[in-house]
Amino acid sequence: MPRIVVDVMPKPEILDPQGKAIVGALPRLGFTSFSAVRQGKRFELTVDGEVTDAILAQAREAAETLLSNPVIEDVVNVEVVEA
Amino acid sequence: MTELPLIGGAPVAVEPHLGGAKIGVVTFPGTLDDRDAARAVRLAGGTAVALWHADTHLADVDAVVIPGGFSYGDYLRAGAISRFAPLMSRIIDAANSDAKLPVLGICNGFQILTESHLLPGSMIKNDHLKFLCRDQVLRVENNNTLWTSDYEAGQEITVPLKNQDGQYIADDKTLDALEAEGRVVFRYVGWNPNGSRRDIAGISNAAGNVVGLMPHPEHAVEPGFGPESNAGTDGLGFFTSVLNKIVGGAQ
Repeated sequence: MPRIVVDVMPKPEILDPQGKAIVGALPRLGFTSFSAVRQGKRFELTVDGEVTDAILAQAREAAETLLSNPVIEDVVNVEVVEA
Repeated sequence: MTELPLIGGAPVAVEPHLGGAKIGVVTFPGTLDDRDAARAVRLAGGTAVALWHADTHLADVDAVVIPGGFSYGDYLRAGAISRFAPLMSRIIDAANSDAKLPVLGICNGFQILTESHLLPGSMIKNDHLKFLCRDQVLRVENNNTLWTSDYEAGQEITVPLKNQDGQYIADDKTLDALEAEGRVVFRYVGWNPNGSRRDIAGISNAAGNVVGLMPHPEHAVEPGFGPESNAGTDGLGFFTSVLNKIVGGAQ
């Protein structure tokens, strides 16, 4: 069954405390090549049947109204993934 | 709701004439502080009315408290799912109506109010990433709201603070507007416990009927059970403020 994948990231101007903690932990494991980490969210919306334009539009609306908070986050990607 | 007293007596001056005023206290799945909020309402002299998130009417309450906790486990974002509860639609409409229903959001309740767009900005994880529980000094920056009129402007109060996602953020334009319009209602004093922009602990809407803050006034309403300073009852003023406004306005 097809899924619609929605990726949400904290806005670039907002300090991401979780990303900051992760970037601090990486060198302790020997991963020294990464100067910054930002942590986002990935949602997978399963669709029973074909993903029509109307369903994709619904997914985009859900991404903007529920899955993300536009004050602190951006929806960076909405795409269909066939199973 | 449990009758007073839960523990011991209630050595707080209760004003009987406030008893007719009804303050709704909303419970969502995962709300923790609804009992304490209802108890604070009763200690202040009002009548607490239990409201359930799935209710579709407001039971004729005169004001609403959205208490703290972890509604829906803070899943997705703190307050994000609660914001779409049936009762929240009624609360949003009533708060924005000409009647200007008084609404107080505490901690998770504040997060729900920002997710509802009744208040601007948002909360993200504390800058130090830890859950923090402490007695916190706040300065009352605006005593012209429905929830702060029993305080003096500039008064410092001590109430408990306990949260993980308590860092208040908004863009500079929004922050400048909040400052210019006197809508920063509370500021942290002495130490900023979570990285909140401009030490903001609580804000109001433009009309002053909707107030949200991260610290917990409902845990500082009874001598011996709150912070050690000022008898531990610094939070009672929130509830007497709105009760006095309701009763005063009705007369």
